[in-house]
Amino acid sequence: MKGMDTKSLGLAGLVLLVAAGLPLVSDAYLLSIGVTIAMYTCLATSWALFSGPTHYISLATAAFFGIGTYTTGIGIEHLPYWMLLPIAGVLGAVVAALVGVATLRLSGVYFVIFTLGLAELIRQIITWGQNVSGAKGIYVLTSITEEHIYWQLLGLAALVFLGGFLIWRSRLGFAVRILGDDEDVARHAGIHTARVKVLLFMIPGAVAAITGAMLAPRYVYVEPSIAFTPMLSFQVVIMALLGGTGRLWGPVVGVIPFTLLWEAISGTFPNQTTLLLGLSFLVIVYLLPRGFVGLIEGGRARMRAGGAMA
Amino acid sequence: MDIIFTGLLLGGTYALIALGLNLQYGMARIMNLANGETLVAGGFGAYWFWTGAQLSPLLTVFVVAPLAFAVNWLIYVVILRPLVKRAKSRGQLEVDTILTTFGLSFMAVGIMIALFGGDYFSYSYLATPVRFIGETYGLNRVVAFASAVLIGGALWLWLYRSKAGMAVRAIAVSPESARLVGINVPRISAMAFALGGAVTAAGGALVSTFLTLDASTGVMFTLKALIIVIMGGVGDIRGTVVAAVLLGILETFVATLIDPGLTLAAAYLLFVVILLVRPQGLFGRSQT
Amino acid sequence: MTRYLTAASLVALVAGGGAAFAQETLTIGAVGPKTGPLAGGAAVTYWPNVQLWAHDVNEAGGIQVGDTSYMVEIIEYDDQTNPGQTIQAVQRLATQDEADFILPPYSTGLNLAAAPIYDRFGYPQVTSTANTGNVDELSDQFPNLYVTLGAASGMVGGLIDVMTELREAGEIDNTVAMVNVADAFGIELAEEARPLFEEAGFEIVYDSSYPLGTQDLSPVIQGASDANPSSFVAFSYPPDTFALTEQAIIEELDVGVFYTAVATAFPAYGERFGPAANGVMGIGGVNADDAGFQDYVARHLEVTGQAPDSWASPMVYSTFQIYQQAIEGAGSIDRAEVSEYIANNSFDTLIGPIEWDENNNNPAYWTVGQWQDGTYRGIASTGREGEVDPIVKQGWGE
Repeated sequence: MKGMDTKSLGLAGLVLLVAAGLPLVSDAYLLSIGVTIAMYTCLATSWALFSGPTHYISLATAAFFGIGTYTTGIGIEHLPYWMLLPIAGVLGAVVAALVGVATLRLSGVYFVIFTLGLAELIRQIITWGQNVSGAKGIYVLTSITEEHIYWQLLGLAALVFLGGFLIWRSRLGFAVRILGDDEDVARHAGIHTARVKVLLFMIPGAVAAITGAMLAPRYVYVEPSIAFTPMLSFQVVIMALLGGTGRLWGPVVGVIPFTLLWEAISGTFPNQTTLLLGLSFLVIVYLLPRGFVGLIEGGRARMRAGGAMA
Repeated sequence: MDIIFTGLLLGGTYALIALGLNLQYGMARIMNLANGETLVAGGFGAYWFWTGAQLSPLLTVFVVAPLAFAVNWLIYVVILRPLVKRAKSRGQLEVDTILTTFGLSFMAVGIMIALFGGDYFSYSYLATPVRFIGETYGLNRVVAFASAVLIGGALWLWLYRSKAGMAVRAIAVSPESARLVGINVPRISAMAFALGGAVTAAGGALVSTFLTLDASTGVMFTLKALIIVIMGGVGDIRGTVVAAVLLGILETFVATLIDPGLTLAAAYLLFVVILLVRPQGLFGRSQT
Repeated sequence: MTRYLTAASLVALVAGGGAAFAQETLTIGAVGPKTGPLAGGAAVTYWPNVQLWAHDVNEAGGIQVGDTSYMVEIIEYDDQTNPGQTIQAVQRLATQDEADFILPPYSTGLNLAAAPIYDRFGYPQVTSTANTGNVDELSDQFPNLYVTLGAASGMVGGLIDVMTELREAGEIDNTVAMVNVADAFGIELAEEARPLFEEAGFEIVYDSSYPLGTQDLSPVIQGASDANPSSFVAFSYPPDTFALTEQAIIEELDVGVFYTAVATAFPAYGERFGPAANGVMGIGGVNADDAGFQDYVARHLEVTGQAPDSWASPMVYSTFQIYQQAIEGAGSIDRAEVSEYIANNSFDTLIGPIEWDENNNNPAYWTVGQWQDGTYRGIASTGREGEVDPIVKQGWGE
């Protein structure tokens, strides 16, 4: 098991290395799709690190993303860019920890809607703050290019994978696995379940905030409706569930086909984009009830069974 | 005093937005993310009949609601029932319905844009002042409030005084036991879902007399409705009404006495606090 | 992708086939919201103009470059009001569709998000719906970016001049209630307005914001009404422009100046409020008596089936005309030559002549308009012709 994990870690590293070469060989168009994929890979993978084992569906991604975007937007005037990323991460993690402490005893759909309300609450407070403080339009004018953003996101994705891998092998990961199977058992085994969940929740909080901070230069102009769009939270959930949350690599196999499908539909049917996207959600839910991970593992199992029979 | 009346009127609006979702989520167990689009479609119906035929939105309700009932029935039977059957647990069903109804909401937006275009639809209906204890209120809001009271009252009577209503409440508490006592769970669920759609569409027709809508605004109403339903307690329409009124009064109070810029922040704060104190919502049963 | 050649342009194609001119096609991209929060505004202001402009150009026989006439073929993409999608769509147009030119996107945020891509591929970006206060730095970073709609300071300044004029005529006093939608646009205008009102000797007796998507604005109107102002100014977005006006009618808000921002110039505003709209001021304007504008309204109705608004619509169309004139003027479809031509020339457009200041800004734009007897007319500008005198609001009459 251990050996296999290390092997897949090596494989993941290789894939990332190949992905990092994309800007060298591709044109700007592919690169912009690459940025989208890398962005959602960071968001969805970190989301699944928390939501996979705990079964909590968080719609707070937009809140953390917005916090990060605003960190860059406001901070770029005063601090060097490179300092803003860790600051955003810390802010995101702190907010996530506060929320976690307060809410993780909520279960199921209550948690879902709570995180949604939270994202709106944070957006309202920041907007109101911008209004009373008299900060005018926030511009992020830098020399950071699409390539830089892409590499930064890949680096973050690598950190998320490495983090997920290390957590899996650590005592925390052990606790998480028991918790994922049965919370009562975990509690009886002396695992401090609330603390484990809060720690896990800080990961998507920090990662989404850093992702937001990295993307602010790409957007140039920061406004609440763009930074806190609730659509982002839903998209991350959809992509992660589409891939499958049971494996570290699950969300990625959701993100990549989903982004490509989205791009294909947007490019081919600009007047029916929304309609066809909606339709494809339905098709996916019906044909792939267990996500792409289910499909891939099912295929593998069939192949193995076929091999045994032969 | 004025704050209370204005808040009540706003609460009426919120009740119209949220009652339908409570039927769909609380009773039929479908967290319908396409709820807001049903509302917008109802509003568009009212706009179309008003500008095309000068038909009063109050009458349009009787056209829009049965239509929405039929469409939602079909959606439930064709699209959602297979998911309900397939789901091994409530959690699995929730994940599947979130994905499906999110897709449906996208489709609904696409269809509405194809049919009506993306333009705002706005018209003036009953925008005349009503005087009450020295203050003025918009007649269209008063009418919407009265309709909310009527619809809420009728739903309550139906749920608590009729046999069919009792069956609906039974499946809200436990579909398994409901089946054991001979309730046709699939049929009743479909009916609750369709009725929720009809109530939402009727609400849409009524609120369109004073709110400006366009094909893409549905999601905003879905968010608000979700929050009201959860705050009030899933599966209890009294909770939804109380939560809607509470929210209306709070928002008006904050807007009048503190700062209109903080109304939504205060609303979400109230939501967050209520969930922390009473995780199952004001009237909800604690989950087992 | 929608590639439409209208019936009229097909006729022109066939008819032109026998002539001595060579017929070519120019691929033009257009990216804007068809869905999402800004779709409602774009459906009024942006998309119909794309359709109308393509129709007009092709009907006139195309864009003339030397001996060749170029028919335009439009490729439209929906960016879902998502800057990430805007970026991707512009990239797609530049590299996959190999568009010869790309019309500017819609709104400040989406235009600025796309600016680096226009810049990298050398597409001129003559914006029509961006309203920015940071032109110096922007024009340094993006030399191909042009702003025609005007800046927040000018918009607010125009309004305050009008109000000062009315005050000096004794029509209103110096009290003003000001509210704004708490989004980038509203915040920016309100920030500009506070010091300018004070400088001009106005007293802000009520000052508050409300969140985007507020469902009941009656407390706002009530609060303003309780402060008993002589003027009411709202830096608002479309849904709240309608809601504020309706509430003001219901509460019979008694002011001499009633100003709402975006959507006041929409035809739907006049239709909805009828005679009650008389005297309402709004952001931006147009010379409603200009024959060219009236002709434009008629063509707009005929080709797109809907009426244009009286501020941004003609502005959007005018920027499209700039592309056409620049291509013809440069005598080339080479982007570098066309960009060069845009930078160094002035243009005769629907809203009148447009020339650039040192920051690639159009310094002459409409700032305030007013509904007068069923027509929305420009009453203040930073150098446009056809301003009419403002009138004071006389109640909401039936």
